[in-house]
Amino acid sequence: MSDSPSQFAQRGSLGKLAGLTWRESRGARRRLLLYMSAISLGVTALVAIDSFADNVQRSIREQSRALLGGDLSFTSRRPFTPEQQAILDTLARRDNAEYARVATFPSMALIPRSGGTRLVQVRAVSDNFPHYGVITTTPAGKWDDLQSGPNALVDPSLLIALNAQLGDTITLGMGRFVIAATLKDVPGAPGVAEIIGPRVFIPERYLPETQLLVFGSTAEYGVLAKLPSGTDPEKVVASIRPALDSTQLRAVTVTRSEENTTEAIQQLTEFIGIVGLVALLLGGVGVASGVRAFVSRKIDTVAILRCLGASSGQVVAMYVAQAAAMGLVGALAGAALGVLVQFTLPSVFGDFLPVDVSVSLAPRAIITGILVGGWIALIFSLRPLLALRNVSPLQTLRRDADSTILRMRWNDWPRVLVNVAMIASVVAIALLRSSELRQGLWISVATLGVLGILTLSAVFLSWIARKTLRQGWPYVVRQGVANLYRPANQTRSVVLSLGFGAFLITTLYLVQSNLLSRFEVTAASSEANLVFFDIQDDQLAGVDSLISASGSILQTSPVVTMRIAAINDRRAEDIVTEARARRVADSVARARGGAAADPVGRSAGARRRGEAPNQPAGRPSWALRREYRSTFRDTVTSGEKVVEGEWFSAAALRGTSDTGEVSLEKDIGEELSVKIGDVITWNVQGVEISTRVTSFREVTWARFEPNFFAVFATPSMRAAPRQHVILASVDGDPVVAALQRDIVVRYPNVSSVDLSLIRQTIERIVTKVSTAMRFMALFSLAMGVPVLFSAVAATRRDRIREGVLLKTLGASRGQIMRILLAEYVLLGLLGSLTGMLLAIGGGWALTHFVFNATFTPALVPAFMIAGGMLALTVAIGLLAGRDVFRETAMSALREV
Amino acid sequence: MLIASEVTREYRSGDQQIAVLRGVSFEIPQGGFVAIVGPSGSGKTTLLGLLAGLDTPTRGKVILDGHDLTTMSENERAKLRGEKVGFVFQSFQLIPTLTARENIQVPLELQGIDGAAARADELLERVGLAKRGHHFPMQLSGGEQQRVAIARAFANAPRILFADEPTGNLDANTGIRVFDLLESLNRESGSTIVLVTHDAVLAQRAARTIRLADGSIVSDTEAAA
Repeated sequence: MSDSPSQFAQRGSLGKLAGLTWRESRGARRRLLLYMSAISLGVTALVAIDSFADNVQRSIREQSRALLGGDLSFTSRRPFTPEQQAILDTLARRDNAEYARVATFPSMALIPRSGGTRLVQVRAVSDNFPHYGVITTTPAGKWDDLQSGPNALVDPSLLIALNAQLGDTITLGMGRFVIAATLKDVPGAPGVAEIIGPRVFIPERYLPETQLLVFGSTAEYGVLAKLPSGTDPEKVVASIRPALDSTQLRAVTVTRSEENTTEAIQQLTEFIGIVGLVALLLGGVGVASGVRAFVSRKIDTVAILRCLGASSGQVVAMYVAQAAAMGLVGALAGAALGVLVQFTLPSVFGDFLPVDVSVSLAPRAIITGILVGGWIALIFSLRPLLALRNVSPLQTLRRDADSTILRMRWNDWPRVLVNVAMIASVVAIALLRSSELRQGLWISVATLGVLGILTLSAVFLSWIARKTLRQGWPYVVRQGVANLYRPANQTRSVVLSLGFGAFLITTLYLVQSNLLSRFEVTAASSEANLVFFDIQDDQLAGVDSLISASGSILQTSPVVTMRIAAINDRRAEDIVTEARARRVADSVARARGGAAADPVGRSAGARRRGEAPNQPAGRPSWALRREYRSTFRDTVTSGEKVVEGEWFSAAALRGTSDTGEVSLEKDIGEELSVKIGDVITWNVQGVEISTRVTSFREVTWARFEPNFFAVFATPSMRAAPRQHVILASVDGDPVVAALQRDIVVRYPNVSSVDLSLIRQTIERIVTKVSTAMRFMALFSLAMGVPVLFSAVAATRRDRIREGVLLKTLGASRGQIMRILLAEYVLLGLLGSLTGMLLAIGGGWALTHFVFNATFTPALVPAFMIAGGMLALTVAIGLLAGRDVFRETAMSALREV
Repeated sequence: MLIASEVTREYRSGDQQIAVLRGVSFEIPQGGFVAIVGPSGSGKTTLLGLLAGLDTPTRGKVILDGHDLTTMSENERAKLRGEKVGFVFQSFQLIPTLTARENIQVPLELQGIDGAAARADELLERVGLAKRGHHFPMQLSGGEQQRVAIARAFANAPRILFADEPTGNLDANTGIRVFDLLESLNRESGSTIVLVTHDAVLAQRAARTIRLADGSIVSDTEAAA
């Protein structure tokens, strides 16, 4: 059927064919461009999202030192020990490192004038903090005055929450500070950080006055190092690595901090990117429908061209060239719009980002968007264009041309080839856009599955329409229903575009509402409304009696801080060092082109030895090096469940067993690669205690109560130094406020959190997330409209011809309207309901597998979305059918 | 020039095989002017489609200028049409998105022949539409459209011209003028003309008339000189 290139050359130069193609496209360019515009919004999404991701990554790169505040940061959960300080001194001598210090801890803030109290994040900083980046304030320039006296710089939201103003005194523990200004911009913290915990900056030298940092207080001590220019922070860290490991000091270089931030941003952009990808495919479906409409208008022209000697290959080549050119124009327009849209994205997602995003053109994102969009437009238009090969020159002699001649056999090999290319393109693009192979494959399978199910449901609708049609029905209904299965019907294209659109929007909505409601449900499910923490052992009785006077105590948990010293007699530092050595060996092997770590994380050496995945070498060092805040008790609480092993034995509870027992949270157990029966030795503030792992628990972390990674049988920890957390229920806002104030005044180091505050925090975060999600949902909806238009346009010509004929035969305007209405209502119902059902499945899969949450379908909103989509379909259908009313019956006579 | 040998064309309609043409045979020499006439449904248009290679017979052979159309692929037949065949249709069949001049250029451009524009201008002049070359079909009257179609039919100097009711959509006077033009162009180029019509007046102007009824030739008469 098609021509080889040499035949083409014989037939005439490509140039002449191109000229003819260009001239022939004259009347069709605008129409074709309209159909191709379906791809534009998909490209807009891709370009906007990728440009935004590029901009964010560039901004992170540019601001990475400001993000960290130095070239290198050292952090510890306790004040630096002499050994740790010695490391810093060495660096100062050897590498000329300069240091700035920051201690970060939660504390209750009290405004004596208004009596307002609130849990805040205090940052006590030295005078040269930070080395890089600028902290701005309102009024301006107050950062430089911070160190001049007992000043405090606070987040603006704190002033509102505590009913305070600039110049007021703020009490932190026993220290008193003057609020000098509010914070405007602090590098390295996303906007939502302020909602979670308002920040208060104070000069480090006044920290002792607060008397807040006592034994066991939750605090992070940080030292930021500035290195002379030209010194590589990575090399500096490598040179002191053994010392860092042995003293358990954590060091983060500017490069590592940049990588961590970039990784988090990548996850965000990947999720939005999936929406962009699906939008692009939806656009592809729209293009296919539009080109089908275009093709049905071109039957006569193609027949004439064939009569005049054009081969089928030449004809297809002509129209493929037209479609490709218009697809490219559509993609270019989409890219241009995407460039504009990216300017709005920082305001939508800015609150979730730790950097100020400076927007600039991202050529890579723009070019990729245009190429991918152009390709999708081309490949999706190829399928309908191939049908032009079926147009016989005989058509010129017959006036009964109709689009049924465009049907292709299922096993027509060029068609099969195009189908395979379409599927391959979807998979390839999904894989290219996903960081993980598995995720890319899942997205492809899900997308193709949704398209497949929608196609099947359309076929089913045609079949059921044919089977159920009854002669007794009113004529207009019969005609409308018959339209669903007659030759060249639009059932498949409309159901596909509509269903896909409904699926996308509903899935987004369902996932969002499920994730957000999870927070609300868990926050509401607890009886407690106040939690007090950092209570010292000798303060417990006093705090207890104060709370009991105002309400009831629901739970008191002792908290013991500890680290892991060894697992099954292997020292934690040895395991970490060995794991690091293997990573280095692997990267060397990779650099030499040798075998690297395999997908399950085994090193090349581990594979050779036949070790199972996740052997000790695979243990993430953070789980081994972190500080654990654990508790001891004899029973399981209502917020947790033993999923493996058994709760403490009677012997362990009596303290008569040889080794103590510990129950681990399931995920941390997996991180540590330990199993039931393994022995973990804990360093509890200098004393080593060995315990056997006897059970794993599943913990509902979101509940408003203290939860722990490790829970010990009471006898093992009875002698350990501890603090306490109290969970209480106190009625009435004034009582709550008064109790918090009393405790702050009597026990300044004890912090408390009010549940209503947590609720407010959640609501504010929910609002911000909802805005971002709504933006995406609206975008998808905007995307669906042109696609639906294209789908309806595909059969518009047949519809007009038939409508005019009906008018000639005496049908009234109302009758024709009702026929159209019957058809579009049925199409809309099926498309939106199938889309909705698929979305419930998709929403469940995403919530269950990706977000690990339980799923409850929000049926009312889902039905509302389906109703909206139905109304949209009917509106577009009637709008596209308005030409039927406009055409006179005479035009039918002229046709004959 | 054109040989039809035992040409039969059947179509399947449901379970039934319907014969539209049954064993039609004739020969038309180069330069001949033959009219095919007959009532509606007699198979005229089907025969024209087969003779021009737009369709293939169920049985029998069609040989056009020495080429057996029944053994050629669709693309080979398209190539032959482009080189040797011209068409004039009842409904003109101009491409609506191309101007009159561009419509005339199409057959030449499909073959990659140079000088298509000059040839189109020459033909426009010949059909009396020199000043209308830049107009689109919808801006032309029916007679003008058919004249453009005739000019297009002669663009590639066809060896044979097929005309399907060329005056069917025109009033009597315009019809006569258009046909005169067709005839004179044919004389100049020495092409063979096969005309399908049920207009008796038009048929009388042909040198030979083949009459069809129910898919078979019922008479084949030469006009008196």
